[in-house]
Amino acid sequence: MLEEVFRDQWGRVLASLVGFLGDFDRAEEAAQEAFAIAAERWPASGAPDTPGAWLVTTARNRAIDRIRRERTLAQKIHLLPAPEAIVDEFDDTLIKDERLELIFTCCHPALPLEGQVALTLRALGGLQTAEIARAFVVSEETMKRRLTRAKAKIKATGIPFAVPGAHRLPERLDAVLAVVYLIYNEGYSGRVDLGAEAIRLGRVLAGLMPREPEAHGLLALMMIHHARRRARFSGDDLVLLDDQDRSLWDQRQIADGRAVLDRAMELGGRGAYVVQAAIASLQARERIDWPQVAELYRRLVGLTGSAVVELNRAVAVAQAGDPAAALRAVDGLELDGYLYFHSTRGELLRRLGRAAEARTAYRRALELAASTPERRFLTRRLEQL
Amino acid sequence: MQYALLIYAEPGYLETSSDEEREASYAEYVAMAGDERYVGAAQLQPAEMATCVRLSGGRTLMTDGPFADTKEVLGGFCLIEAADLDEALELAARVPALRFGGTVEVRPVVRL
Repeated sequence: MLEEVFRDQWGRVLASLVGFLGDFDRAEEAAQEAFAIAAERWPASGAPDTPGAWLVTTARNRAIDRIRRERTLAQKIHLLPAPEAIVDEFDDTLIKDERLELIFTCCHPALPLEGQVALTLRALGGLQTAEIARAFVVSEETMKRRLTRAKAKIKATGIPFAVPGAHRLPERLDAVLAVVYLIYNEGYSGRVDLGAEAIRLGRVLAGLMPREPEAHGLLALMMIHHARRRARFSGDDLVLLDDQDRSLWDQRQIADGRAVLDRAMELGGRGAYVVQAAIASLQARERIDWPQVAELYRRLVGLTGSAVVELNRAVAVAQAGDPAAALRAVDGLELDGYLYFHSTRGELLRRLGRAAEARTAYRRALELAASTPERRFLTRRLEQL
Repeated sequence: MQYALLIYAEPGYLETSSDEEREASYAEYVAMAGDERYVGAAQLQPAEMATCVRLSGGRTLMTDGPFADTKEVLGGFCLIEAADLDEALELAARVPALRFGGTVEVRPVVRL
Protein backbone atom coordinates (compact mmCIF):
# COMPACT_ATOMS: atom_id res chain seq x y z
CA MET A 1 0.00 0.00 0.00
CA LEU A 2 2.68 2.46 1.10
CA GLU A 3 4.85 1.18 -1.69
CA GLU A 4 2.12 1.96 -4.19
CA VAL A 5 1.74 5.53 -2.91
CA PHE A 6 5.50 5.93 -3.24
CA ARG A 7 5.55 4.61 -6.80
CA ASP A 8 2.70 6.94 -7.76
CA GLN A 9 4.29 9.97 -6.13
CA TRP A 10 7.96 9.49 -6.94
CA GLY A 11 7.94 11.02 -10.43
CA ARG A 12 5.98 14.11 -9.41
CA VAL A 13 8.01 14.69 -6.27
CA LEU A 14 11.33 14.24 -8.06
CA ALA A 15 10.26 16.47 -10.97
CA SER A 16 9.23 19.21 -8.59
CA LEU A 17 12.56 18.97 -6.78
CA VAL A 18 14.64 19.01 -9.95
CA GLY A 19 12.71 22.11 -10.99
CA PHE A 20 13.28 23.71 -7.60
CA LEU A 21 16.91 22.75 -7.03
CA GLY A 22 18.10 22.65 -10.63
CA ASP A 23 20.21 19.60 -9.87
CA PHE A 24 19.39 15.95 -10.42
CA ASP A 25 21.58 14.44 -7.71
CA ARG A 26 20.53 16.89 -5.03
CA ALA A 27 16.87 16.36 -5.99
CA GLU A 28 17.19 12.59 -5.81
CA GLU A 29 18.95 12.76 -2.46
CA ALA A 30 16.27 15.05 -1.00
CA ALA A 31 13.43 12.95 -2.40
CA GLN A 32 14.93 9.78 -0.95
CA GLU A 33 15.26 11.44 2.42
CA ALA A 34 11.61 12.56 2.39
CA PHE A 35 10.40 9.12 1.35
CA ALA A 36 12.45 7.54 4.14
CA ILE A 37 10.87 9.85 6.72
CA ALA A 38 7.43 9.02 5.33
CA ALA A 39 8.14 5.29 5.51
CA GLU A 40 8.98 5.73 9.15
CA ARG A 41 6.07 7.97 10.18
CA TRP A 42 3.10 7.12 7.98
CA PRO A 43 2.48 3.55 9.16
CA ALA A 44 1.92 4.89 12.71
CA SER A 45 0.38 8.32 12.08
CA GLY A 46 -1.34 7.56 8.78
CA ALA A 47 -0.55 9.17 5.42
CA PRO A 48 -1.33 12.89 5.09
CA ASP A 49 -4.29 13.99 2.93
CA THR A 50 -1.98 15.28 0.23
CA PRO A 51 0.99 12.90 0.31
CA GLY A 52 2.60 14.50 -2.74
CA ALA A 53 2.65 17.98 -1.26
CA TRP A 54 3.89 16.62 2.06
CA LEU A 55 6.75 14.78 0.35
CA VAL A 56 7.77 17.76 -1.78
CA THR A 57 7.66 20.15 1.17
CA THR A 58 9.64 17.83 3.40
CA ALA A 59 12.20 17.18 0.67
CA ARG A 60 12.58 20.90 -0.05
CA ASN A 61 13.12 21.64 3.62
CA ARG A 62 15.76 18.95 3.86
CA ALA A 63 17.49 20.21 0.73
CA ILE A 64 17.50 23.78 2.01
CA ASP A 65 18.94 22.63 5.33
CA ARG A 66 21.65 20.79 3.52
CA ILE A 67 22.51 23.74 1.29
CA ARG A 68 22.64 25.99 4.37
CA ARG A 69 24.99 23.63 6.14
CA GLU A 70 27.23 23.44 3.09
CA ARG A 71 27.21 27.21 2.77
CA THR A 72 28.16 27.70 6.41
CA LEU A 73 30.92 25.17 6.01
CA ALA A 74 32.12 26.86 2.85
CA GLN A 75 32.18 30.25 4.58
CA LYS A 76 34.11 28.80 7.47
CA ILE A 77 36.83 27.37 5.34
CA HIS A 78 36.74 30.21 2.77
CA LEU A 79 37.35 27.87 -0.09
CA LEU A 80 34.12 27.40 -1.94
CA PRO A 81 32.06 30.29 -3.22
CA ALA A 82 28.83 30.80 -1.26
CA PRO A 83 25.86 29.31 -3.13
CA GLU A 84 23.36 31.66 -4.66
CA ALA A 85 20.39 32.83 -2.63
CA ILE A 86 18.03 30.08 -1.61
CA VAL A 87 14.28 30.24 -1.39
CA ASP A 88 13.14 29.99 2.22
CA GLU A 89 9.41 30.11 1.79
CA PHE A 90 7.14 28.31 -0.56
CA ASP A 91 3.48 27.61 -0.95
CA ASP A 92 3.04 23.94 -0.29
CA THR A 93 -0.50 23.86 -1.67
CA LEU A 94 0.63 24.89 -5.15
CA ILE A 95 2.95 22.24 -6.41
CA LYS A 96 3.18 22.34 -10.17
CA ASP A 97 3.34 19.06 -12.01
CA GLU A 98 6.73 19.22 -13.72
CA ARG A 99 6.93 15.62 -14.88
CA LEU A 100 6.73 16.65 -18.52
CA GLU A 101 9.88 18.77 -18.14
CA LEU A 102 11.52 15.79 -16.45
CA ILE A 103 10.53 13.41 -19.26
CA PHE A 104 12.00 15.69 -21.91
CA THR A 105 15.21 16.00 -19.91
CA CYS A 106 15.51 12.22 -19.44
CA CYS A 107 14.78 11.51 -23.12
CA HIS A 108 17.06 14.20 -24.52
CA PRO A 109 18.72 12.99 -27.74
CA ALA A 110 22.11 14.19 -26.44
CA LEU A 111 22.02 11.25 -24.02
CA PRO A 112 22.84 7.70 -25.15
CA LEU A 113 19.66 5.71 -25.70
CA GLU A 114 20.38 3.20 -22.93
CA GLY A 115 20.93 6.13 -20.57
CA GLN A 116 17.59 7.67 -21.63
CA VAL A 117 15.80 4.40 -20.96
CA ALA A 118 17.44 3.85 -17.55
CA LEU A 119 16.92 7.43 -16.42
CA THR A 120 13.27 7.46 -17.47
CA LEU A 121 12.60 4.28 -15.50
CA ARG A 122 14.47 5.60 -12.48
CA ALA A 123 13.24 9.20 -12.45
CA LEU A 124 9.68 8.88 -13.73
CA GLY A 125 8.92 5.26 -12.94
CA GLY A 126 10.53 5.30 -9.52
CA LEU A 127 12.23 1.94 -10.14
CA GLN A 128 15.25 1.12 -8.05
CA THR A 129 18.60 0.84 -9.80
CA ALA A 130 18.73 -2.88 -8.94
CA GLU A 131 15.30 -3.48 -10.49
CA ILE A 132 16.29 -1.73 -13.73
CA ALA A 133 19.53 -3.72 -13.81
CA ARG A 134 17.60 -6.98 -13.46
CA ALA A 135 15.17 -6.00 -16.20
CA PHE A 136 18.00 -5.37 -18.67
CA VAL A 137 20.11 -8.28 -17.45
CA VAL A 138 23.15 -6.21 -16.51
CA SER A 139 24.88 -5.92 -13.15
CA GLU A 140 23.71 -3.31 -10.68
CA GLU A 141 27.16 -1.71 -10.93
CA THR A 142 26.78 -1.30 -14.69
CA MET A 143 23.31 0.20 -14.35
CA LYS A 144 24.50 2.56 -11.66
CA ARG A 145 27.32 3.75 -13.93
CA ARG A 146 24.86 4.22 -16.78
CA LEU A 147 22.62 6.41 -14.61
CA THR A 148 25.53 8.37 -13.17
CA ARG A 149 26.92 9.08 -16.64
CA ALA A 150 23.56 10.26 -17.92
CA LYS A 151 23.07 12.59 -14.96
CA ALA A 152 26.61 13.89 -15.28
CA LYS A 153 26.02 14.71 -18.93
CA ILE A 154 22.78 16.55 -18.14
CA LYS A 155 24.67 18.70 -15.67
CA ALA A 156 27.87 19.26 -17.62
CA THR A 157 26.29 20.04 -20.98
CA GLY A 158 23.37 22.09 -19.68
CA ILE A 159 20.54 19.88 -20.94
CA PRO A 160 17.54 22.00 -19.96
CA PHE A 161 14.73 21.03 -17.63
CA ALA A 162 12.08 22.24 -20.05
CA VAL A 163 9.45 21.25 -22.56
CA PRO A 164 10.91 22.05 -26.01
CA GLY A 165 9.56 24.94 -28.05
CA ALA A 166 6.77 24.33 -30.56
CA HIS A 167 9.08 24.03 -33.60
CA ARG A 168 11.15 21.26 -31.98
CA LEU A 169 8.32 19.56 -30.13
CA PRO A 170 7.26 17.01 -32.77
CA GLU A 171 10.74 15.49 -33.16
CA ARG A 172 11.46 15.62 -29.45
CA LEU A 173 8.11 14.02 -28.65
CA ASP A 174 8.96 11.26 -31.13
CA ALA A 175 12.12 10.60 -29.14
CA VAL A 176 10.16 10.39 -25.86
CA LEU A 177 7.57 8.04 -27.36
CA ALA A 178 10.36 5.87 -28.79
CA VAL A 179 11.91 5.46 -25.33
CA VAL A 180 8.59 4.43 -23.79
CA TYR A 181 7.92 1.99 -26.64
CA LEU A 182 11.41 0.55 -26.30
CA ILE A 183 10.74 -0.09 -22.60
CA TYR A 184 7.46 -1.73 -23.58
CA ASN A 185 9.09 -4.00 -26.14
CA GLU A 186 11.65 -5.18 -23.60
CA GLY A 187 8.67 -6.26 -21.52
CA TYR A 188 6.91 -7.88 -24.45
CA SER A 189 9.72 -10.32 -25.06
CA GLY A 190 8.98 -12.02 -21.78
CA ARG A 191 9.54 -9.64 -18.88
CA VAL A 192 6.04 -8.49 -18.07
CA ASP A 193 7.16 -6.00 -15.41
CA LEU A 194 8.57 -3.59 -17.96
CA GLY A 195 5.46 -3.86 -20.13
CA ALA A 196 3.29 -2.72 -17.25
CA GLU A 197 5.83 -0.03 -16.40
CA ALA A 198 5.79 1.32 -19.97
CA ILE A 199 1.99 1.48 -19.85
CA ARG A 200 2.19 3.46 -16.63
CA LEU A 201 4.61 5.88 -18.30
CA GLY A 202 2.41 6.03 -21.38
CA ARG A 203 -0.57 6.90 -19.23
CA VAL A 204 1.36 9.69 -17.50
CA LEU A 205 2.47 11.04 -20.87
CA ALA A 206 -1.02 10.96 -22.39
CA GLY A 207 -2.33 12.66 -19.26
CA LEU A 208 0.30 15.39 -19.45
CA MET A 209 -0.15 15.93 -23.20
CA PRO A 210 -3.90 15.38 -23.60
CA ARG A 211 -3.96 16.95 -27.05
CA GLU A 212 -1.17 14.87 -28.62
CA PRO A 213 -2.78 12.05 -30.63
CA GLU A 214 0.43 10.03 -30.88
CA ALA A 215 0.78 9.91 -27.09
CA HIS A 216 -2.71 8.38 -26.92
CA GLY A 217 -1.93 6.16 -29.90
CA LEU A 218 1.14 4.69 -28.20
CA LEU A 219 -0.78 4.09 -24.97
CA ALA A 220 -3.61 2.37 -26.85
CA LEU A 221 -1.13 0.22 -28.79
CA MET A 222 0.64 -0.94 -25.65
CA MET A 223 -2.61 -1.64 -23.78
CA ILE A 224 -4.13 -3.75 -26.54
CA HIS A 225 -0.93 -5.74 -27.02
CA HIS A 226 -0.50 -6.17 -23.30
CA ALA A 227 -4.04 -7.51 -22.99
CA ARG A 228 -3.00 -10.51 -25.11
CA ARG A 229 0.28 -11.29 -23.38
CA ARG A 230 -0.97 -14.37 -21.51
CA ALA A 231 -2.08 -15.99 -24.75
CA ARG A 232 1.22 -15.42 -26.57
CA PHE A 233 3.01 -18.26 -24.87
CA SER A 234 1.97 -21.76 -24.03
CA GLY A 235 4.56 -22.79 -21.48
CA ASP A 236 7.66 -21.63 -23.29
CA ASP A 237 6.17 -22.02 -26.74
CA LEU A 238 5.24 -19.11 -28.96
CA VAL A 239 1.56 -19.13 -29.99
CA LEU A 240 0.53 -17.40 -33.21
CA LEU A 241 -2.41 -15.02 -33.26
CA ASP A 242 -4.60 -17.57 -35.10
CA ASP A 243 -4.03 -20.24 -32.47
CA GLN A 244 -4.23 -18.06 -29.37
CA ASP A 245 -6.73 -19.00 -26.66
CA ARG A 246 -8.92 -15.94 -26.64
CA SER A 247 -10.30 -16.66 -23.20
CA LEU A 248 -6.82 -15.64 -21.97
CA TRP A 249 -7.17 -12.17 -23.47
CA ASP A 250 -7.90 -9.41 -21.00
CA GLN A 251 -11.08 -8.07 -22.59
CA ARG A 252 -11.33 -5.18 -20.20
CA GLN A 253 -7.87 -3.92 -21.04
CA ILE A 254 -8.67 -4.30 -24.74
CA ALA A 255 -11.81 -2.18 -24.26
CA ASP A 256 -9.82 0.41 -22.30
CA GLY A 257 -7.19 0.47 -25.03
CA ARG A 258 -9.87 0.99 -27.69
CA ALA A 259 -11.30 3.92 -25.72
CA VAL A 260 -7.83 5.51 -25.71
CA LEU A 261 -7.54 4.82 -29.46
CA ASP A 262 -10.90 6.53 -30.01
CA ARG A 263 -9.55 9.59 -28.23
CA ALA A 264 -6.49 9.60 -30.50
CA MET A 265 -8.74 9.40 -33.57
CA GLU A 266 -10.94 12.23 -32.29
CA LEU A 267 -7.81 14.35 -32.05
CA GLY A 268 -7.19 13.67 -35.73
CA GLY A 269 -4.36 11.22 -35.08
CA ARG A 270 -3.10 9.45 -38.20
CA GLY A 271 0.50 8.90 -37.09
CA ALA A 272 2.45 5.65 -36.86
CA TYR A 273 1.42 4.77 -33.30
CA VAL A 274 -2.25 5.50 -33.94
CA VAL A 275 -2.21 3.30 -37.07
CA GLN A 276 -0.44 0.48 -35.20
CA ALA A 277 -2.99 0.73 -32.37
CA ALA A 278 -5.79 0.54 -34.94
CA ILE A 279 -4.20 -2.62 -36.38
CA ALA A 280 -3.85 -4.14 -32.91
CA SER A 281 -7.49 -3.28 -32.21
CA LEU A 282 -8.67 -5.03 -35.39
CA GLN A 283 -6.54 -8.05 -34.57
CA ALA A 284 -8.15 -8.31 -31.14
CA ARG A 285 -11.60 -8.87 -32.64
CA GLU A 286 -13.36 -12.24 -32.79
CA ARG A 287 -13.35 -12.12 -36.61
CA ILE A 288 -10.43 -10.20 -38.04
CA ASP A 289 -11.10 -7.93 -41.02
CA TRP A 290 -7.88 -8.78 -42.87
CA PRO A 291 -8.46 -6.54 -45.93
CA GLN A 292 -8.80 -3.63 -43.49
CA VAL A 293 -5.63 -4.70 -41.65
CA ALA A 294 -3.78 -4.86 -44.98
CA GLU A 295 -5.00 -1.35 -45.82
CA LEU A 296 -3.76 0.00 -42.47
CA TYR A 297 -0.39 -1.67 -43.02
CA ARG A 298 -0.25 0.03 -46.43
CA ARG A 299 -0.66 3.37 -44.65
CA LEU A 300 1.97 2.41 -42.12
CA VAL A 301 4.40 1.56 -44.95
CA GLY A 302 3.72 5.06 -46.29
CA LEU A 303 4.56 6.57 -42.89
CA THR A 304 7.62 4.50 -42.05
CA GLY A 305 8.97 3.21 -45.36
CA SER A 306 9.91 0.07 -43.44
CA ALA A 307 10.46 -3.27 -45.19
CA VAL A 308 9.41 -5.12 -42.04
CA VAL A 309 6.07 -3.30 -42.11
CA GLU A 310 5.70 -4.25 -45.77
CA LEU A 311 6.29 -7.87 -44.73
CA ASN A 312 3.44 -7.54 -42.22
CA ARG A 313 1.25 -6.04 -44.91
CA ALA A 314 1.94 -9.08 -47.09
CA VAL A 315 0.88 -11.40 -44.25
CA ALA A 316 -2.42 -9.50 -43.98
CA VAL A 317 -2.90 -9.79 -47.77
CA ALA A 318 -2.40 -13.56 -47.49
CA GLN A 319 -4.82 -13.77 -44.57
CA ALA A 320 -7.32 -11.83 -46.66
CA GLY A 321 -7.17 -14.69 -49.15
CA ASP A 322 -4.46 -13.82 -51.69
CA PRO A 323 -1.23 -15.69 -50.81
CA ALA A 324 0.07 -15.32 -54.38
CA ALA A 325 -0.07 -11.51 -54.21
CA ALA A 326 1.47 -11.71 -50.74
CA LEU A 327 4.40 -13.79 -52.02
CA ARG A 328 5.01 -11.31 -54.86
CA ALA A 329 5.20 -8.48 -52.31
CA VAL A 330 7.50 -10.47 -50.02
CA ASP A 331 9.88 -11.55 -52.77
CA GLY A 332 10.67 -7.93 -53.59
CA LEU A 333 11.97 -7.22 -50.05
CA GLU A 334 15.59 -7.07 -49.05
CA LEU A 335 15.37 -8.75 -45.67
CA ASP A 336 17.63 -11.76 -46.11
CA GLY A 337 19.01 -11.57 -42.56
CA TYR A 338 15.56 -11.39 -41.00
CA LEU A 339 14.08 -14.55 -39.52
CA TYR A 340 10.44 -13.62 -40.11
CA PHE A 341 11.11 -12.88 -43.78
CA HIS A 342 12.03 -16.52 -44.34
CA SER A 343 9.36 -18.00 -42.06
CA THR A 344 6.71 -15.87 -43.81
CA ARG A 345 7.94 -16.98 -47.23
CA GLY A 346 7.88 -20.59 -46.01
CA GLU A 347 4.29 -20.23 -44.86
CA LEU A 348 3.17 -18.55 -48.11
CA LEU A 349 4.90 -21.18 -50.27
CA ARG A 350 3.28 -23.93 -48.19
CA ARG A 351 -0.15 -22.43 -48.77
CA LEU A 352 0.56 -22.25 -52.50
CA GLY A 353 1.45 -25.97 -52.49
CA ARG A 354 5.16 -25.40 -53.20
CA ALA A 355 6.41 -27.70 -50.43
CA ALA A 356 10.05 -28.07 -51.54
CA GLU A 357 10.60 -24.31 -51.70
CA ALA A 358 8.74 -23.91 -48.42
CA ARG A 359 11.14 -26.34 -46.76
CA THR A 360 14.16 -24.37 -48.01
CA ALA A 361 12.69 -21.16 -46.63
CA TYR A 362 11.91 -22.70 -43.23
CA ARG A 363 15.43 -24.15 -43.03
CA ARG A 364 16.90 -20.71 -43.67
CA ALA A 365 14.63 -19.28 -40.93
CA LEU A 366 15.79 -21.99 -38.55
CA GLU A 367 19.42 -20.99 -39.18
CA LEU A 368 18.57 -17.46 -38.04
CA ALA A 369 16.45 -18.40 -35.01
CA ALA A 370 18.09 -17.36 -31.77
CA SER A 371 15.62 -18.40 -29.09
CA THR A 372 14.56 -21.93 -28.21
CA PRO A 373 10.79 -21.33 -28.56
CA GLU A 374 11.38 -19.96 -32.06
CA ARG A 375 13.51 -22.96 -33.03
CA ARG A 376 10.94 -25.40 -31.70
CA PHE A 377 8.17 -23.63 -33.57
CA LEU A 378 10.04 -23.70 -36.88
CA THR A 379 11.08 -27.34 -36.45
CA ARG A 380 7.42 -28.25 -35.93
CA ARG A 381 6.49 -26.38 -39.09
CA LEU A 382 9.15 -28.20 -41.07
CA GLU A 383 7.95 -31.58 -39.80
CA GLN A 384 4.40 -30.79 -40.85
CA LEU A 385 5.40 -30.21 -44.47
CA MET B 1 27.10 28.72 -20.52
CA GLN B 2 29.75 28.72 -23.20
CA TYR B 3 29.87 26.09 -25.89
CA ALA B 4 32.36 25.40 -28.65
CA LEU B 5 30.92 24.47 -32.02
CA LEU B 6 33.57 22.42 -33.78
CA ILE B 7 32.89 22.28 -37.49
CA TYR B 8 34.02 19.16 -39.32
CA ALA B 9 33.74 18.81 -43.06
CA GLU B 10 35.39 17.17 -46.03
CA PRO B 11 38.29 19.33 -47.26
CA GLY B 12 37.53 21.50 -50.24
CA TYR B 13 33.77 21.20 -50.06
CA LEU B 14 33.36 24.92 -50.70
CA GLU B 15 35.57 24.84 -53.81
CA THR B 16 33.43 22.16 -55.43
CA SER B 17 30.13 23.93 -54.74
CA SER B 18 28.60 26.53 -57.05
CA ASP B 19 29.36 30.26 -56.76
CA GLU B 20 25.87 30.98 -55.45
CA GLU B 21 26.10 28.27 -52.80
CA ARG B 22 29.50 29.52 -51.71
CA GLU B 23 28.39 33.15 -51.51
CA ALA B 24 25.20 32.23 -49.64
CA SER B 25 27.27 30.21 -47.22
CA TYR B 26 29.75 33.05 -46.58
CA ALA B 27 26.87 35.48 -46.05
CA GLU B 28 25.40 33.14 -43.45
CA TYR B 29 28.72 32.90 -41.60
CA VAL B 30 28.93 36.70 -41.58
CA ALA B 31 25.35 36.93 -40.26
CA MET B 32 26.16 34.38 -37.57
CA ALA B 33 29.17 36.38 -36.48
CA GLY B 34 26.87 39.40 -36.04
CA ASP B 35 24.72 37.51 -33.52
CA GLU B 36 25.61 38.70 -30.02
CA ARG B 37 25.65 35.12 -28.75
CA TYR B 38 28.82 34.51 -30.80
CA VAL B 39 31.85 35.09 -28.63
CA GLY B 40 34.38 34.25 -31.31
CA ALA B 41 34.93 32.18 -34.40
CA ALA B 42 37.71 31.16 -36.77
CA GLN B 43 38.02 29.35 -40.06
CA LEU B 44 41.09 27.14 -40.22
CA GLN B 45 43.47 26.69 -43.13
CA PRO B 46 43.47 23.22 -44.73
CA ALA B 47 44.64 20.22 -42.71
CA GLU B 48 47.79 19.90 -44.90
CA MET B 49 48.93 23.15 -43.32
CA ALA B 50 48.84 21.53 -39.87
CA THR B 51 51.93 20.70 -37.83
CA CYS B 52 51.73 18.49 -34.76
CA VAL B 53 53.95 19.00 -31.74
CA ARG B 54 54.72 16.28 -29.17
CA LEU B 55 57.13 15.84 -26.34
CA SER B 56 59.28 12.72 -26.26
CA GLY B 57 62.01 12.21 -23.65
CA GLY B 58 62.39 15.96 -23.17
CA ARG B 59 62.71 16.55 -26.89
CA THR B 60 60.13 18.33 -29.00
CA LEU B 61 58.97 16.31 -31.97
CA MET B 62 57.34 18.00 -34.87
CA THR B 63 55.45 16.21 -37.61
CA ASP B 64 53.63 17.33 -40.69
CA GLY B 65 49.86 16.90 -40.95
CA PRO B 66 46.82 16.84 -38.67
CA PHE B 67 46.55 14.82 -35.43
CA ALA B 68 43.84 12.48 -36.69
CA ASP B 69 43.96 11.27 -40.26
CA THR B 70 40.24 11.21 -41.09
CA LYS B 71 38.14 12.03 -44.13
CA GLU B 72 36.35 14.84 -42.33
CA VAL B 73 38.64 17.37 -40.72
CA LEU B 74 38.23 20.23 -38.29
CA GLY B 75 37.66 23.20 -40.54
CA GLY B 76 36.75 25.87 -38.04
CA PHE B 77 35.12 26.61 -34.74
CA CYS B 78 32.82 29.05 -33.00
CA LEU B 79 32.58 29.93 -29.37
CA ILE B 80 29.06 30.80 -28.32
CA GLU B 81 27.19 31.85 -25.20
CA ALA B 82 23.88 30.03 -24.76
CA ALA B 83 21.36 29.56 -21.96
CA ASP B 84 21.39 25.77 -22.28
CA LEU B 85 22.24 22.89 -24.59
CA ASP B 86 19.03 23.28 -26.59
CA GLU B 87 19.91 26.85 -27.49
CA ALA B 88 23.45 25.78 -28.39
CA LEU B 89 22.08 23.00 -30.61
CA GLU B 90 19.76 25.49 -32.33
CA LEU B 91 22.74 27.68 -33.20
CA ALA B 92 24.78 24.66 -34.27
CA ALA B 93 22.02 23.58 -36.63
CA ARG B 94 22.43 26.87 -38.52
CA VAL B 95 26.07 26.29 -39.48
CA PRO B 96 26.16 26.27 -43.32
CA ALA B 97 28.74 23.44 -43.49
CA LEU B 98 25.94 21.06 -42.46
CA ARG B 99 24.30 21.49 -45.87
CA PHE B 100 27.48 20.22 -47.52
CA GLY B 101 27.50 17.03 -45.47
CA GLY B 102 29.52 18.44 -42.58
CA THR B 103 29.09 17.75 -38.86
CA VAL B 104 29.11 20.18 -35.96
CA GLU B 105 30.31 18.84 -32.63
CA VAL B 106 28.89 20.81 -29.70
CA ARG B 107 31.04 20.76 -26.58
CA PRO B 108 30.46 22.73 -23.40
CA VAL B 109 33.44 24.80 -22.32
CA VAL B 110 34.89 24.21 -18.85
CA ARG B 111 34.21 27.12 -16.55
CA LEU B 112 37.16 28.18 -14.46
